[in-house]
Amino acid sequence: MAGMSISEMEEMARKCRVEICKMTHRAQAGHPGGSLSEIDILCGLYGHRLRVKPDEPDWEDRDRFILSKGHASPGMYALLAEMGFISHEDLKSYRVKGGVCQGHVDMKWCPGVDFSAGSLGMGLSFGMGCAVAARLDGSNRNAYVMVGDGEIQEGSVWEAAMAATHHELGNLKLFLDCNGIQNDDFCEAQMRMFDIPAKWNSFGWAVKVIDGHDMTSIVEAIDWMDTIDDKPAVVIAKTIKGKGVSFMENNPAFHGAAPSDEQLAQALSELGVEA
Amino acid sequence: MSRMAATRDGYGDALLALADNSKVVVLEADLGKSTKSLHFRKAHPERTVSCGIGEQNMMLVAAGLASNGYIPFASTFAIFTERAFEHMRNGVARPNLAVHLCGSHGGTHTGTDGSSAQSIEDLAIYRTLPNVVVMHPCDDVSTKALTMQLPKLGSPSYMRTARNKTPVLYDGRESEVEIGKGIVLREGSDVAIIACGVLVHESLEAAEKLSAEGISATVVDMHTIKPLDTGLIDLLAQKCGAIVTAEDHSVIGGLGGAVAEHIVGSNPVPMEKIGVQDRFGESAGAEEMLEMMGLKSHHICDAVKKVIARKV
Repeated sequence: MAGMSISEMEEMARKCRVEICKMTHRAQAGHPGGSLSEIDILCGLYGHRLRVKPDEPDWEDRDRFILSKGHASPGMYALLAEMGFISHEDLKSYRVKGGVCQGHVDMKWCPGVDFSAGSLGMGLSFGMGCAVAARLDGSNRNAYVMVGDGEIQEGSVWEAAMAATHHELGNLKLFLDCNGIQNDDFCEAQMRMFDIPAKWNSFGWAVKVIDGHDMTSIVEAIDWMDTIDDKPAVVIAKTIKGKGVSFMENNPAFHGAAPSDEQLAQALSELGVEA
Repeated sequence: MSRMAATRDGYGDALLALADNSKVVVLEADLGKSTKSLHFRKAHPERTVSCGIGEQNMMLVAAGLASNGYIPFASTFAIFTERAFEHMRNGVARPNLAVHLCGSHGGTHTGTDGSSAQSIEDLAIYRTLPNVVVMHPCDDVSTKALTMQLPKLGSPSYMRTARNKTPVLYDGRESEVEIGKGIVLREGSDVAIIACGVLVHESLEAAEKLSAEGISATVVDMHTIKPLDTGLIDLLAQKCGAIVTAEDHSVIGGLGGAVAEHIVGSNPVPMEKIGVQDRFGESAGAEEMLEMMGLKSHHICDAVKKVIARKV
């Protein structure tokens, strides 16, 4: 699947946004805001670069993708359905008893999920383990991780940040989804993080800042990550929480709230779905 | 006088012996000299991952390695593993990734480092996690034998080792040591003393003293706290009609808690628990700590007499 064109990936992201709204509406729960902020990056990664086999999800030499901000699972599930890891019918199982689409992404439940998330601050360490394993195997596979900006308030993220450069893990690639909002409020109100790129720079990472909703920039950033092989690389993506649905955009209320019937209709209309 | 050794040395020996398996990797958090993983590091630096003083990261790096087919052995002090408890819970136990965690310097027997280093709750907290096997062996031979069995376990584990030397019981008896199977060290009919770790030795000493007073005690080394050897416990409850548990650990939730939880539903015989009485330790020598905490053989003798008096 990797090798899609920019317009194909943009269209995939639009379809995923539709599913994100439908899934959270159906469940009347979940996290649409962070799913909408991350989805362009996820579509760019899977559409352009990630070496995976949807018909063989446990292929040992696949690239790993670790969604550390595991609450943003509707975005991941929508993408996995687009990629063919799961069916679109499976998306109806989101937060439903027995469903493959557990509330937070879970490797034991859903094909194509490499990490059981749900507790913030753990994914980068897990990705480091995957990167060390790849190196021991003599494989050129990569471990890609996505964390949220609020998530980097967790101390163990910085344990991992320090350890990854100590071990010169050039096969560890991180996306930081900087949507500026966390559970209770804007990040600025909850815990100011000041100069985020400078922090990663000072930990020895290769750093690139991009617009996380511009597919051309996303693809260029993924290609740039490929050129870094002596240290871990982080793409700091400036994003908009709730991107693509006007009333969710930059609105802390839609971190963890589902759209109503009327709101869903408006969202689908804005996303180009004909009534 | 029998040979003396520390259980942590058995762990270090086992890692080295396991190195032939190229999937075995070792993770350290700046305490490899203490937990004894340093021998593996010296021989196989390419398969040793230094995580600095960062236990939470270490736990999830190990999980990532396990998810890629490696067999990670991570160690630090027992007390510092607890800092990463939720990482163990959510990142290791929940996805059932076979990470093997070793906490050395467990219990008050750790001694002069003081209460901050004396974990008295590790066995209890790890026992609450689904999928996790919990062990606390009593000598270096059994520690090595149990550790050697871990690559085939296929689920995560926690093993507590101890800092200080204790008598070696199992020289030449490695084959008797099996995960999940208690070992009867002495047969008796009046009471069953079920112990783990350092207190196995105190229990044997207690049984000897009791014998002189005409009391016949069974002594069991219950090196695996989970899964608990409930078959053996039921057998002993029926045979002896009274149980005393003994551990260098809080009386809340450890071996005593596990045995009590079991027998209350099967063979509710009188039972007494020797352990740390819901308090923290302090700086003192290892033997002084056991005395202070009520964990010496004479305390066990008192508990045995008390429990026998409670028999109907």
